[in-house]
Amino acid sequence: MSAQDTSHVAQPASFEFTPENFERAKKIIAKYPAGKQQSAVMPLLDLAQRQHDNWLPIAAMEYVAKLLDMAPIRVREVATFYTMYNHAPLGKHHVQICTTTPCWLRGSDTIVEACEKRLGIKLGETTADRKFTLQEVECLGACVNAPMMQVGDDYYEDLTPETTVKVLDALAKGEKPKPGNQSKRLTSSPEGGFTTLVDTAKGSD
Amino acid sequence: MLADKDRIFTNLYGQADWGLKGARARGDWDGTKELILKGREWIVEEVKKSQLRGRGGAGFSTGMKWSFMPKQSDGRPSYLVINADEGEPGTCKDRDMLRHDPHKLIEGCLLACVGIGAHACYIYIRGEFYQEGSNVQRAIDECYEAGLIGKNACGSGYDCDIYLHRGAGAYICGEETALIESLEGKKGQPRLKPPFPAFSGVWGCPTTVNNVETVAVVPTILRRGAGWFTTIGRPNNTGPKVFCISGHVNKPCNVEDALGVPLRELIETHAGGVRGGWDNLLAVIPGGSSMPVLSKAQADTICMDFDYLRDAKSGLGTAAIVVMDKSTDIVRAFARLAAFYKHESCGQCTPCREGTGWMYRMLTRMSKGKATMADIDLLDAVTKQIEGHTICAFGEGAAWPVMGLLRNFRPEIEKRLGQQVKQAAE
Repeated sequence: MSAQDTSHVAQPASFEFTPENFERAKKIIAKYPAGKQQSAVMPLLDLAQRQHDNWLPIAAMEYVAKLLDMAPIRVREVATFYTMYNHAPLGKHHVQICTTTPCWLRGSDTIVEACEKRLGIKLGETTADRKFTLQEVECLGACVNAPMMQVGDDYYEDLTPETTVKVLDALAKGEKPKPGNQSKRLTSSPEGGFTTLVDTAKGSD
Repeated sequence: MLADKDRIFTNLYGQADWGLKGARARGDWDGTKELILKGREWIVEEVKKSQLRGRGGAGFSTGMKWSFMPKQSDGRPSYLVINADEGEPGTCKDRDMLRHDPHKLIEGCLLACVGIGAHACYIYIRGEFYQEGSNVQRAIDECYEAGLIGKNACGSGYDCDIYLHRGAGAYICGEETALIESLEGKKGQPRLKPPFPAFSGVWGCPTTVNNVETVAVVPTILRRGAGWFTTIGRPNNTGPKVFCISGHVNKPCNVEDALGVPLRELIETHAGGVRGGWDNLLAVIPGGSSMPVLSKAQADTICMDFDYLRDAKSGLGTAAIVVMDKSTDIVRAFARLAAFYKHESCGQCTPCREGTGWMYRMLTRMSKGKATMADIDLLDAVTKQIEGHTICAFGEGAAWPVMGLLRNFRPEIEKRLGQQVKQAAE
């Protein structure tokens, strides 16, 4: 659990789904049994956040509460319990570096350092041009490809300080660097060639 | 070593097409209708006979768990919920199954639904696995289009709907009752048991919660027979298992091998050995961060299965092996782990909410050499005030790593604090 102080955030007066997202919301609600529409609160908050520049204003939480016939406080509870809901505007690229022990053992400190140096900000800060927000996060579940970071919806894995800077450089130029391993091996296979499934081994060197 | 013909996850690394066509070429969705028609009792009996134990950490008998579900409905529907909220530090096996073998999971969901008498299944995937979730959703869509799930699944006459539900960043939702709360649209805070989910789970209905890997191996067990599964490993510790090997090894990787494989063989065969050689090993966490750490002396001879590791006062957990070589500042490594548990405590029970903060602060002080000898015993006392005093097993998960550290590496900590006392005296 980690609370974010949002008292300084300028809140928009209102929020509503675009017609496309409203249709999506209806489909999401239909996944759950009749009368159990509250189950849709997490996906709808995610949808709202994606529509609203990657952060959730209070008006969006209240809108979702109304849509699902929930007390607004129940929606606020959910929105503040889970770490993926942002309660203040972020930079365009949300860079989240995993520093939990398996990544730390593989040098995540050097990745944090490389990011801080390249972007000129510290963990928890946003660049003045609002292009990057840098954060430290807990285990993202890609431990055999450590160290790694998440940018938006994508994982960048098997990082070195050099490849980290390359990824950030590409993002700064408006390009989309290729997600996944920044090394030569295939996904989570051992580097240098498969030790199992040798018949099917392809794409590994 | 496990023979390639006995591996279940034959597309573990995503070297081939993960879609329906590729999955069928690897033998998935073959004769599923016939398996369904053999009926609920046969499925549960076969899974019981296979001695399959849950792959999510607790290692409970899967067949027995399924048999707790009501045979006759009292009017409430039954549900299957898949725990794909993988986030135990060191663990990244479900991720590979979700992104590279989603059809094994979906076919397993269908067969498990038949086994527990459910007609709907929710796959709860951690929110950060955005791309993995998209692969699962596309695989679900393919199955609906091909008539493999939905009404009259596989032409068997059995109806079964499967839905994807995304989480939003909370480690605690990997705990089954927290996951159920979260699926109901609430904060993920665990429930007291009883009632157990098999009696009252999601929306107050009978529910089975299974890990991704547990359910994904079921179709292969049913096709090849429980007898085949029990030839791998040893009694009560049967079958292949996907291991994650991270940390200070030359080639970190995920790999499927037989349960009971010696740890050293596993690391040296697949992960290129410990960095700097086996003698450079300091410590190993054998089953994800919640399991007590082993010393090198233990790691020399340990075999990787549920009972071996339990006897060594640790556990197989998720079978995620975190290797630390002699360059590791082990106190700092565990201080960082303590920070993880402090961050992820849901805050419901006082011993855990406060205790995880205590452990984090004390370990951080120790890592900086700013503690006294008496602090070691105080830290030990704090772990014991958490263990067994919380609603869910998160308390144990947070306390056991520190207990393991104190049990196996106390001299290391004393040496560090001793040096500090000596320096202060000079």
